[in-house]
Amino acid sequence: MAETGTAPSVLYEERSQRLLDQVALKETDRTPFVFATRFWAAKYAGITFEEQMYDAEKSAAALEKVLVLLEPDGYVPSLYIFGPTLSALDYRLMQWPGHGTDRNATFQYLDREYMPAKDYDEYLFDPTGYCFRKYLPRVAGAFEGLAGMPDFPSLSEWRFVGAMRAFGRPELRESLRRLLEIGERAEEAAQKSVAFVKRMAALGFPSAGGGFCKAPYDHVSDFLRGSKGCMLDLFRNKDKLLEAIDKVGELLLRGVVEETRAGGTPYVFIPLHWGLDGFMSPQHFQTFYWPGLRKVMLRLIEHDLIPVVLWEGDCTSRLELIGDIPRGKAVYWFEKTDLVRAKSVLGDTVCLRGNVPTSMLIAASPDEVDEYCKMLITKVGKGGGFILDGAASIPDEARTENVLAMAKSVRKYAS
Amino acid sequence: MQERERERELVEALAEMREEEAVALARAMLEGGVDPLRVLELCREGMEIVGKRFEKGEYFLPELILGGEMLEAIGALAKPLIVQAPGGPAKTHGRVLIGTVQGDLHDIGKNIVTFMLDINGFEVKDLGIDVPAATFVDAIRDFQPAVIGLSGFLTLAFDAMRDTVGAIESAGLRDGRKIMIGGGQVDEAVRTHTRADAFGGNAMAAVALCREWIGV
Repeated sequence: MAETGTAPSVLYEERSQRLLDQVALKETDRTPFVFATRFWAAKYAGITFEEQMYDAEKSAAALEKVLVLLEPDGYVPSLYIFGPTLSALDYRLMQWPGHGTDRNATFQYLDREYMPAKDYDEYLFDPTGYCFRKYLPRVAGAFEGLAGMPDFPSLSEWRFVGAMRAFGRPELRESLRRLLEIGERAEEAAQKSVAFVKRMAALGFPSAGGGFCKAPYDHVSDFLRGSKGCMLDLFRNKDKLLEAIDKVGELLLRGVVEETRAGGTPYVFIPLHWGLDGFMSPQHFQTFYWPGLRKVMLRLIEHDLIPVVLWEGDCTSRLELIGDIPRGKAVYWFEKTDLVRAKSVLGDTVCLRGNVPTSMLIAASPDEVDEYCKMLITKVGKGGGFILDGAASIPDEARTENVLAMAKSVRKYAS
Repeated sequence: MQERERERELVEALAEMREEEAVALARAMLEGGVDPLRVLELCREGMEIVGKRFEKGEYFLPELILGGEMLEAIGALAKPLIVQAPGGPAKTHGRVLIGTVQGDLHDIGKNIVTFMLDINGFEVKDLGIDVPAATFVDAIRDFQPAVIGLSGFLTLAFDAMRDTVGAIESAGLRDGRKIMIGGGQVDEAVRTHTRADAFGGNAMAAVALCREWIGV
């Protein structure tokens, strides 16, 4: 593409700055394009999804291949090489390629109730203790023995010493033994990811990934109560749910700032699941969803981090409600919400990202994709504050020529 | 309290999402000897209001889920008391077969469509999630639906929907029936890809399509 011939270090700086400027709502030489996917790189490179999750070298080679092909201004370095760790954990919150789903089918979260409503008080009183003794043993086989962990805060004087016998019990010892191995696998995956990001930086590709956080309501829904349980709590357990949202917000923020900073990029990805249009009333959204999410965002912004919020589904009815954040400090990535309308409502507040339709990337022609990108670049990109991407990243089944048309469009059309 | 007044209060408690009150009222009515079929009929009236409010954008997913819970709780109280053959109000509008296609484990959208079709008088058979094409084919032979609804949230569902439509055709079961698809990513481009008859962006669209096709 157009930038071949420029030194990688120069490209790296230009691309990083282009993204940061767009976030700050400044106009740049052209609209940037960010690449994110789950398994499209695997498909393109001809490896199975299972291989992408279990073979770090193949996964890295696949992602490198598509970065060289597309020359994006940023990319999300999701190698998804969590396979060995997930297997060793005997993780039950999701099914993944070759392990519950087909080896060429994406991972899927299992929406279930992992914490019954009657446990709210116990969780709220002592989330760490609840996690060790009740929650973790439910969500992964390797954690089962942790149910026998000593209840440390309850121990005093000689009881403390005596309680160490818990570590002599076979179930707990077995869990700890397994966790040592899991730790090694997770560390290896982390090191390989870090090495990959460095190698890509040397080729001129900045990472646009970084930290990860959730809307507190989504965390309660996805990881504790299940979507049905959480929706019923909106009526049956309002106060407990609000208290949990408050607590979870604080817990989620612990560590995210340090972790993200250590990674070297300021972006914190926050995918939203249960607050979109139709999933709850405006009143519920304004009580249970937005305040918790906003608080998380404001805290990240206070620490000079950039929340990248993926508003899944259609959020048109939320547009007027979600502009109450500092100007030029965050990214709103919309999936199905009309970006032209979003620009008119939020364009002075937040950088927009998206949203070439998933179905278009899979089933339409490159010309149609090109036309759509042109519309986005000229209308939404006008004046800055826009990053081109797929509606919900690049779908695994996208046609290569369509993704290429998208990547090329930012060099073809001026905002 | 006058019987009619109590009936009105039950319908209102259901429609207004006052769960405890609705269940307590239904229990009191049943204990007082009210015909359990009458109590279930009042539940249906309550759910009809819930469905209408959902259609108008006044109610959302959580209200439908709580509505379903109230219905289940009262149903559990009423059904053991039914002495005559439970005919219930006949589902006269026609049969709809529905399921989430193979490989996809999502069911929220499908469940809402099932709920809305049900309260709108259609007889719905729900095959659940991750349903292979062959299971759809077998169920069409047994159930003889007028409409088949294929649901899916993930992009992998596009090919699974196309394959299911193909399997229905190969089995010679497409003629005289309509196939609709729905789910988060589904639009006209996906409809073309799958060769379904229509797509729906929400549960109300599914009801409208069934009404149009079956001629209600």
